[in-house]
Amino acid sequence: MVDNLNAWLDSALQTLLFIAGAPLLAGWIKRLKCHLQNRAAPSLFQPYRDLVKLFAKDVVLAEHASWLFRAAPYIVFGAMVLSAAVVPLVAVPLPASAIADVIVLAGFFALARFFQALAGMDIGTAFGGMGASREMTVASLAEPAMLMAVFTLTMTASTTNLSIAIRHILAAGLVLRPSFLFALLSLAMVTVAETGHIPVDNPATHLELTMLHEAMVLEYSARHLALMEWASMIKLMIYAVLISNIFLPWGIASRFTVAAITVGTLAVTAKLALLSVLLALWETVLAKMRLFRVPQFLGFAFLLALLGVLTHVILETAV
Amino acid sequence: MHLSALNLYGQGILVSAALVLFTSFVMLAQTRIQPLIYAFAWQGALLSVTTALVALVSGHSHLYISALLTFGLKALLIPWMLYRMARRLHIQREVETVSHPSLIMLAGAVLVVFCYYVALPVAQLSTLVTRNTIAVSMATVLLGMLLMITRRAAVAQVIGFMSIENGLFFAAVASTYGMPMIVELGVAFDVLVAAVLFGIFFFQIRASIDSLDIDRLNRLSEKAE
Repeated sequence: MVDNLNAWLDSALQTLLFIAGAPLLAGWIKRLKCHLQNRAAPSLFQPYRDLVKLFAKDVVLAEHASWLFRAAPYIVFGAMVLSAAVVPLVAVPLPASAIADVIVLAGFFALARFFQALAGMDIGTAFGGMGASREMTVASLAEPAMLMAVFTLTMTASTTNLSIAIRHILAAGLVLRPSFLFALLSLAMVTVAETGHIPVDNPATHLELTMLHEAMVLEYSARHLALMEWASMIKLMIYAVLISNIFLPWGIASRFTVAAITVGTLAVTAKLALLSVLLALWETVLAKMRLFRVPQFLGFAFLLALLGVLTHVILETAV
Repeated sequence: MHLSALNLYGQGILVSAALVLFTSFVMLAQTRIQPLIYAFAWQGALLSVTTALVALVSGHSHLYISALLTFGLKALLIPWMLYRMARRLHIQREVETVSHPSLIMLAGAVLVVFCYYVALPVAQLSTLVTRNTIAVSMATVLLGMLLMITRRAAVAQVIGFMSIENGLFFAAVASTYGMPMIVELGVAFDVLVAAVLFGIFFFQIRASIDSLDIDRLNRLSEKAE
């Protein structure tokens, strides 16, 4: 019983670390991008300052805003916190992932997206509706690709429980799996599309024609905006942690000892830092594509994920 | 054979085989001529890596010669010849319009499933390390055919044809550790001669119909319609 309680306590601490670390990751990526693009970089802790500033401000609500508009930030943030609780960050044993597997994780993302789109349309401005429609278009193409990529993992580990799957991959040691190569590429492309990064979206521009994510949260202010921004940072962190802990699980703690958790924290920090370098490079090298090219981009991601599943069946199972 | 029963080199064979299949899909998706030629060159290079790894794992040293031959011809010489022809015909930046691109990709995925189904009994009889890649090599052949069917530009069709040949070579390596050396040498030089002949054909087609769009070969009359 005490053991069980300890595991839950550790799990809650890990989730808190996840939520607290998300702005740091966003700040690090922003800093890297600034350095690569010859701009003066903001401090690593700038996202925290922005959040604190927003939480201190007074809320300005549109005249026609309904309860939905006010409730959406809490629902979106809550869904992201729950999904963060399911993903192993520094240690594999996670009692929460026995309750909610990867398919539920995709469900949390869909729930958050649904309420975000509703809130975007609630005010009745043109931007909100346009942003919501674009977000749903991208999501409807990205979600099957993400699920397919995740199925590659679950077929290899024969479970949809993330904790057990990662432990299975850790136990197998270094195995070159062609299916994982495709799933990795596909998940990276989905990450870029889902978290609003460059070839698909550029949240930094505030330009009407290019807005996807930003158009939906345009009417939000103060703590509502802070929650929305924080939720999207957590989402980016979830995808980055999924990629680094599924495909390169080495270093993650498998027991709750101080030494193991220290190693796990260092390992995941290093992996996320390296992954961010790749993302920043990718965002600097590529230009944003036209909105009508996005289905092609995500279609290719889906094809990669499908190839991952097919090569798993063809090449990796016993004949 | 299960993946964990293989050593790292054996797993390397599977990874490079999967990448050969991936380049086939890249060629199917690529509508510009120059990147198409690059993708074809990458397929040749990956094929030679696969062959060299098979040689290493199985101990058949004549496969090293095949790997070298593949690399020299299919990754360097033929792509270079195609590239030079494209330059001389001023088509290297041309973009072909392909109807229903995502439908074609899905058709490619269906072909892979079909090949798996067809190759399953063959793989069950085989005892080689490479038996799982037989389906992949067949899929490379069929994807090359799909490329030829869906394209109208003569250069893309030639690349589809060459990629079919890549698939056949791959099938020989995967199912019987390669053909006899004399056959392999003969096929290699046939392919080289074919590449030279195709080059002459390009110029002939261009001289007679003033385009490389082979759909226009279907018209009989010389009058402009």
